[in-house]
Amino acid sequence: MTDAVNDTTPGERSRALLTFAVAAGRFLLMLAITLFGLLAVTFFIGRIVPVDPVLAVVGDRAPAHVYARVREEMGLDLPLWHQFAIYLGNVFRADFGNSILTSRPVVEDVVRYFPATLELATLGTLLGTIFGVPLGVAAAVKRGKFADHFVRVIGLVGYSAPIFWLGLLGLLVFYSKLGWVAGPGRLDVTYEYMLTPVTGMVLVDAALAGDWAVFRNAISHIALPSALLGYYSLAYISRMTRSFMLNELSQEYVTTARVKGLSETRIIWGHALRNAAVPLITVIALSYAHLLEGSVLTETVFAWPGLGRYITNSLQNADMNAVLGGTLVIGIVFVAVNTFSDLLYRLFDPRTR
Amino acid sequence: MMKRLATLIAASAMFALTFAPAKAETPPDTLVMAWQFDDIITLDPAEVFEFSAAEMMGNTYERLIGYDLKDVSKLFGVVAESWEVSQDGKTITFRIRQGSKFASGNDLTAEDVVFSLQRAVKLDKSPAFILTQFGFTADNVEEKIVQTGDYEFTFEMDQAYAPTFVLYCLTSTVASVVDKKLVLENEANGDLGYEWLKRNYAGSGPFALRQWRPNEAVVLERNENYAGEKAPLARVIYQHVPESSTQRLMLERGDIDIARNLGPEEIAALKEAQGIKIETGDKGGIYYLGLNQKNETLAKPEVRQALKYLVDYQAIADTIMAGQVQVHQAFLPKGFLGAVNETPFQLDPEKAKELLAQAGLPDGFSVTMDTRNTPDITGMGEAIQQTFAQAGVKLELIPGDGAQTLTKYRAREHDIYIGRWGPDYQDPNTNADAFAANPDNSDGASAKPLAWRNAWDIPELTKKTRAAVLEQDPEKRAAMYEEMQREVMETGPYVIMFQEIEVAAMRDNVSGFIIGPSFDANQFGLARKD
Repeated sequence: MTDAVNDTTPGERSRALLTFAVAAGRFLLMLAITLFGLLAVTFFIGRIVPVDPVLAVVGDRAPAHVYARVREEMGLDLPLWHQFAIYLGNVFRADFGNSILTSRPVVEDVVRYFPATLELATLGTLLGTIFGVPLGVAAAVKRGKFADHFVRVIGLVGYSAPIFWLGLLGLLVFYSKLGWVAGPGRLDVTYEYMLTPVTGMVLVDAALAGDWAVFRNAISHIALPSALLGYYSLAYISRMTRSFMLNELSQEYVTTARVKGLSETRIIWGHALRNAAVPLITVIALSYAHLLEGSVLTETVFAWPGLGRYITNSLQNADMNAVLGGTLVIGIVFVAVNTFSDLLYRLFDPRTR
Repeated sequence: MMKRLATLIAASAMFALTFAPAKAETPPDTLVMAWQFDDIITLDPAEVFEFSAAEMMGNTYERLIGYDLKDVSKLFGVVAESWEVSQDGKTITFRIRQGSKFASGNDLTAEDVVFSLQRAVKLDKSPAFILTQFGFTADNVEEKIVQTGDYEFTFEMDQAYAPTFVLYCLTSTVASVVDKKLVLENEANGDLGYEWLKRNYAGSGPFALRQWRPNEAVVLERNENYAGEKAPLARVIYQHVPESSTQRLMLERGDIDIARNLGPEEIAALKEAQGIKIETGDKGGIYYLGLNQKNETLAKPEVRQALKYLVDYQAIADTIMAGQVQVHQAFLPKGFLGAVNETPFQLDPEKAKELLAQAGLPDGFSVTMDTRNTPDITGMGEAIQQTFAQAGVKLELIPGDGAQTLTKYRAREHDIYIGRWGPDYQDPNTNADAFAANPDNSDGASAKPLAWRNAWDIPELTKKTRAAVLEQDPEKRAAMYEEMQREVMETGPYVIMFQEIEVAAMRDNVSGFIIGPSFDANQFGLARKD
């Protein structure tokens, strides 16, 4: 047994533990500050927008006394700081309040809507990465040639065409005309009630239940919107891959490798891409986090009950509990994705270890 | 490498194709509708005041009184079998139809009806005023609405209101009958089952509400205990599809049976489509411009008149809003008691210029209009901007979100507001009270009807509106409303433009889906698919 840990003295071990605890504490503190900041900014912006949240509850026709009563019930007659203090107090008790629009606890809503977004964003990012990275590499290797222009055009279209329009076009061609994919929504009506939610992600739940008919149906529903989001992130990822790769390919170690007689494939995929992977991780992580915010327009076109639409709809109606809850989730997602990409950095870049 | 990529893409396409769906078709006993219903905030009939939820309530709960969907003037009993008005006109005795059951299996008796009405008054949610306007309060309602037998109760009001007024109010959602036993079983902290009923169901209509997943779906199932003719369909599913183009594609493909939110372009395209039919029905919604009388220019009578000659009503109805509206210039929609169907105003820039000159504004003036950023309202706003310009009126559009423009309107901070007003119940008082009554024009007023929102101070007209609800003779009552409408049309700070038409595109095997005059009157209890 020559395990490194066994070689350390108890003092070193406790020092390592202490370092870890300090790092963890610092991380948690940062997380708390970030989330507090997010909540505070969202709360105060939400309260100063010129939209009356009482209207979302009572509607336009309610008599004055009903309006006044609800306003009081919602605590809107209190000073802003007081309202915020009450909200924070509730958050500490894990009570995020009820959404006005769905009349359900915000936590329950988020648990329902976030998995739909997570499923879509994950598949979209996977597709974007699987196709985007090789395309970017190809563009860099064949710089100025046809492949490069081809990738540039693909990227440009993905960047500049409104996703809303692309979505409708995709539906028209692949769903309406060709019938290759299923329509909007997450499942056909017939399958809708056959699945017991476990994770809330239809694909995962169907696989867990071993119900392959539902799984196939879910795939055929998610194919188009995820391909669309995939295309959107592909446009970004392939451009960034190209530029990172160009940078790597002009480095001296590439020339050395060529002089050594390594095959071009090995140089490109084994050496250059491995080094380009470090900044690329940030790019992919950011793109993923962006999709996890929920792509409102895609969700609208595909009638996808995701977080983006939930938050947008809530914001338009000044349903602030829902907006705050949703924002908090996005904040946590960003922190989580960032932390995860930091960990991956360590894996790819020995200097950070 | 490009070859490898091509292979990868081809392989993915093959993979995708293996998951290609079979030919879409909805189950034969299930009606699937695509509708935008993110407005639902509750399923409690004592609180429901939203279009989509009102329709769901109309098909899942029963009310005391109903009206003929083709001729609104014909009233009949639903839960009530008959009624009798007392000599002094203040008390109505209702007898309840026997043998009805709730979906739960509990018997429907006068006890449930009394409980439901009292509950709506006590909860005092937004639509409760439809009942409390007869003098009920949380404190007195137990003495005023009283059960007098297993199948009989009395309804005692503070004044001798026109019987038609009372009965029309009892056709509205807030007067739906809920299952007392079931609701009280789910009561918490004396809330009369409010928290529970928001998301659950306790009714006796042709369908039972099974599930509401906000922004996703609402599922109704046939109520086997329904006292009337059983619904041929086993299930009705509302699918939330916010985008109208998407609804159209789903309908063409057969993934849904009815598309409910199509715009003029989609409707035009579907008219020629095979296997699809379009059905329409007049709705009570009125589109109008509200002219704030706090603006000194708009407060001039000639200016108000001039603007009424500066809208190309027919052109908008034929193009931007094709098939969705009809020109209508009175505050009561067609089909209401006393509704006036004259349309005296049309685009006439010369006449408008004359009127503006009389007002001392020969070169026109500048003014703003708050415009909701929906395609229909924006389109109308832009069309009006062009025709206003023909008489030198420079109109600046201020686009905003629905809640935002409404907040501003309710604070009387607009110049012109382009609005849509739907009646709350089928009696003419609902719109007269909004357009032609303003009991207190001060900024701190408790009631904020449309007349108040446009700062139109009208003590005389308010008196007329109040008098009309007490007129016992339906003919005289109708005449009073006709006179008021003409007065508002001529002098009022509203450019009333259109009455809404509801359009639904459906597969041609669907029959029996009825588009009623109000949202809670859209019915599919007898709809079927052949």
